[in-house]
Amino acid sequence: MQPTPEKMKVAIVGTGNIGTDLLMKVLRSPWLECRLFAGRNLSSPGMMKADQMGVPVSGKGIQGIVQRRTEFDLVFDATSAEDHKRHAVILAELGLLAVDLTPAKVGKMCVPAVNLEECLEAQNVNMVSCGGQASIPLAFAIASVNQDIEYIETVSSIASRSAGPATRINLDEYLATTENGLAAFSRGTPTKAILNLNPAQPCVHMQTTVLAKIKNPDLEKTRAAVAAIVRKIQDYVPGYQLIVPPLIESNRLAVMVRVEGRGDYMPKYAGNLDIINCAAIAIAEAHARRNRP
Amino acid sequence: MKHQRIIVTDPTLRDGSHACSHQISVEQIRRYATAAEAAGVDYLEVGHGNGLGASSLQVGLSLVPEREMLATARACLKQTGLSVHVMPGFATAKREIANAIEVGVDLFRVGSHCTEADLTQRHISYVRNAGKEAWGVLMMTHMASKEVLLEESKKMQSYGAQGIMLMDSAGAAVPDDVKQKIGLLAEKLEVPVGFHAHNNLGLSVANSLAALEVGARILDGTARGFGAGAGNAPLELIVAAMQRLGYSCRADLYKVLDAGELAEELFAENLPVSNSITIVSGLAGVFSGFAKPVQRAAKQMGVDPRDVFVELGKRKVVGGQEDLILEVASELAARQKPVADGKPR
Repeated sequence: MQPTPEKMKVAIVGTGNIGTDLLMKVLRSPWLECRLFAGRNLSSPGMMKADQMGVPVSGKGIQGIVQRRTEFDLVFDATSAEDHKRHAVILAELGLLAVDLTPAKVGKMCVPAVNLEECLEAQNVNMVSCGGQASIPLAFAIASVNQDIEYIETVSSIASRSAGPATRINLDEYLATTENGLAAFSRGTPTKAILNLNPAQPCVHMQTTVLAKIKNPDLEKTRAAVAAIVRKIQDYVPGYQLIVPPLIESNRLAVMVRVEGRGDYMPKYAGNLDIINCAAIAIAEAHARRNRP
Repeated sequence: MKHQRIIVTDPTLRDGSHACSHQISVEQIRRYATAAEAAGVDYLEVGHGNGLGASSLQVGLSLVPEREMLATARACLKQTGLSVHVMPGFATAKREIANAIEVGVDLFRVGSHCTEADLTQRHISYVRNAGKEAWGVLMMTHMASKEVLLEESKKMQSYGAQGIMLMDSAGAAVPDDVKQKIGLLAEKLEVPVGFHAHNNLGLSVANSLAALEVGARILDGTARGFGAGAGNAPLELIVAAMQRLGYSCRADLYKVLDAGELAEELFAENLPVSNSITIVSGLAGVFSGFAKPVQRAAKQMGVDPRDVFVELGKRKVVGGQEDLILEVASELAARQKPVADGKPR
């Protein structure tokens, strides 16, 4: 595809599964153009793929970004929480927009179906977590039509093969990040996050359940609010499906979704990687749309 | 191997939590913990059925807060160690494990689904760095081959686990499976190996004895089998059988029998029984803790709980995926609808 001058120029730092899948999504976007794919290993599978596809690459990580800082306006960070804490300072000094896919929690929490507009004002946005992107809009919808919510919980199940070593070692951080996100978007309600890894073959798609303890739940309004926000998410996550509409069982309100990935770099079952990347693309495209003269 | 003393761990106040929908009271903990101390079991495990941090809408809310449950048991135990079950994904190191260390827990049994041992690395190291004992627990072991179980338990051993438990969480194993799996681990691992049975197919005691025969040095048993689904290997039966076969342990048979009588009184309404649901659950290879939630959801949605178990088995659900019960039950209910409307299936 011939880059057009109106496209917003972006860079990606981090060339693992997330970074490479993100690159595939940028390449498909009518609003974005990838000017640099930067990592630390020029022979990583993601880097080789980018090179084959004619995307400019750098093996110097964040230094590669600094060297070519005038060539783009926005940087996706798909490295690690520790690295992003350093990168955040550098990107802010360079005046570049930062979309952070790590659990570093530096920038403003961004869940496009809920707070896209507000996030356009932030220099650095954080994409919370995969479970957060799947569950927070549902919790927000539930909280928008029910008073007296005592407690909200989210449970995600993902295929074992979609969880790499970094996800596994950082499980506790994933839970904390997701809980914070849920609380922030449901008026400070006490929250809990649970993650299950399922090794079944063929691999299971990502599924997320939101459970809530509510004094007098309004099921009809909740169903309408959930249906509306699901449609909104489907605009940027095509594989997001409501599989159990809100119901009451054992004194709890429950709603379940399944996320089928687009199969860009990771297989379709890895909806967990797909949804956080789709959300990152959504905020970047919103910047591009706003900036287009 | 018979000269070596067998370590007896008693998770009555943890696995039994599933049997009473997590409604174990402070009084029940106090009285049973006192009896367990008198009986001389090596460890008493206490807490929510899915372990630390698992009180949730997903699995069920505990009647008593975790810290209070542990502190109550702690006050009753001297020679018997206090143990907890830990599942990463529910429990975090800095919150739940740190809290349990503060209350005085001696042993942390850190578990994962049988193919996901690397999830336990952080938690096992955290416990060991705090100077406490940690064992690794592989759950739902009917779902993996002995070779995979060996590989996974070696990982746990490398993280610092001082014992490895294989749990037949679904009660799906037969004695030959246990012999092959425990036998290989007992031969290849440096740390002691143990077995935790469920009685769905009526084989909990036979499976436990099979484990001892091939070198297990740790056995789990609960008073009157008070545990998830069809219950566990009854503590009083395994201690009696061990006496009959000449295995030594610290527990005193008569006092263990007394603890069993007490459990019968304390947990009378929820003592596990073998029934058509627990049998189908065992055959389907589904986590025993699903028994109560499946019965509740099946009743509400008007479907056969046995069908729910069969479908959950097909989907290869693991411990912790209780939310899928709702999905499967609603799906089965939706499939039934055309019949009710008089339309063909």
